[in-house]
Amino acid sequence: MDIFLQQLLNALSLGGTYALLALGLAVVFSIIGLINFAHGELMTVTGYAICFALIWGLPFPLAVIAGLSVAMVAAFLMERVAFRPVRGASGTTLLLTSFAVSAILRVLFQNLISARPIPVSIPASLSGVLTVGPLHLGMIQLISIIVTLVMLLGLNLFLHRTMAGRAMRAAAEDFAVLRLMGLRANSVVATAFVISGLLAGVAGLLWVAQRGSVDPLMGALPVLKAFIAAIIGGLGSLSGAVAGGFLLGFIEVILQAYLPESLLPYRDAFAILVVIAVLLFRPQGLLARKTLVKL
Amino acid sequence: MTAPDDTLLLIEDLTVSYGAVEAVRGIDLTVRRGEIVTLLGANGAGKSSTLNAIVGLAPRKARRMEFSGSDLQGVPPETVVRRGLTLVPEGRRVFSSLTVDENLMLGGAKHATRGDPAAVKADMLERFPILAERLHQNAGSLSGGEQQMLAIARALMSSPDLLLLDEPSLGLAPQVVDQIFDLIGSLRERGLTILLVEQNVAQSLEIADRGYVLANGRIELQGSAEELRASPEIQDAYLGA
Repeated sequence: MDIFLQQLLNALSLGGTYALLALGLAVVFSIIGLINFAHGELMTVTGYAICFALIWGLPFPLAVIAGLSVAMVAAFLMERVAFRPVRGASGTTLLLTSFAVSAILRVLFQNLISARPIPVSIPASLSGVLTVGPLHLGMIQLISIIVTLVMLLGLNLFLHRTMAGRAMRAAAEDFAVLRLMGLRANSVVATAFVISGLLAGVAGLLWVAQRGSVDPLMGALPVLKAFIAAIIGGLGSLSGAVAGGFLLGFIEVILQAYLPESLLPYRDAFAILVVIAVLLFRPQGLLARKTLVKL
Repeated sequence: MTAPDDTLLLIEDLTVSYGAVEAVRGIDLTVRRGEIVTLLGANGAGKSSTLNAIVGLAPRKARRMEFSGSDLQGVPPETVVRRGLTLVPEGRRVFSSLTVDENLMLGGAKHATRGDPAAVKADMLERFPILAERLHQNAGSLSGGEQQMLAIARALMSSPDLLLLDEPSLGLAPQVVDQIFDLIGSLRERGLTILLVEQNVAQSLEIADRGYVLANGRIELQGSAEELRASPEIQDAYLGA
């Protein structure tokens, strides 16, 4: 039971990061139908921003604020420069554009910064281990869980209590009709990108804090996992993305803990098998959006 | 053509194309202040495309397209709405996962509304008591008729001068259809100008002042409601005479 609880905490920590990333993908996809594979590069940008802010002598909290701000600005610019000109184009065009943005940014990171990982000095106070009874929880893991919950709660409040949030929920359902409410399409899309940038930034911060380094390809694997999580949850469904993220984290952690050692190298393959099983039963994802109309 | 002073909407030679398909082929249309004008026609005649083109939701080309004297060509939907022209789209299209209250709030969003949002909302809830009862319910849980009322109330939240209604009676029970047509009549009494797209020809011509009949993207007939009701083509094709 203790081992299970321990793994549950690990799953919450890993799944939380996936959930934040998947949510960032879903926020944008739900509005303009774009799967932004350059979302991972927003994580990387955050990592570099925090890294350089620390090198330039900024205290850690300020470096974090700088990192998140850079992520939001980068997401805003990404939309303005790369995605706005192709808005309304086919899904394939949007997808290829996002791959192009991702590839260009990676090459820029490699050529202008470094192809190798750069260490990020995370404060020593964050590297401790908290022991509660039989459970051991790394400080960074604990912070990951708390930050994820705060972000999810904050986003929930934003979406339900502010006009911009309501507009985003409405845009996710029917963007054309939202424009008939007099709300500017460009503002709603830009807000969605800035929020996805913030979510990628927070995920990037947690990822860097756990790894202690940043490299040009840092965002590639997490964004792929987030994509899988968003698919499990039902692409375009915000609550689905969160559920998918936590479920994928849970599947990975449980497989890591309980697979025989000889099969551990195939952990991801088993995780994908579970995902395929989920999709066989619910091809539209766990929490796909649906409209209930009574006549 | 020179627009008479009371012309609210003036359209000349409007064409709507989706790729190689021409849904609307060079139509002329006017709506004068205070009128109910109806656009009639079978499925695929180009009625909805015309409305979507007017608000900027469909690709359009026109020699002239003016609302209240201002050019609508190239103007995005959000700006069209802010100028006082709005559309209740076909199929209601309420935001089903948002509450009735949230739907109304978005309809009267600060940028769009030209009146006092609180006063307009109070007026809507008085006019649509069922929405007041369902205020905190998700819009998706409302019946079809209630959703149609919400869609109309949401559009009215922006205090428009011209309301475009696309098939408001579609898929509703007969007694609900009567309520919707009563509502449209009462809106005109309050000074609202309405361009109504309908397949329910008989009821549309009862409340309309004038009408146009579209077929294959072209205007086949036009005239006052009385003239259209009396026309043999309308009698044969729509009124079952």
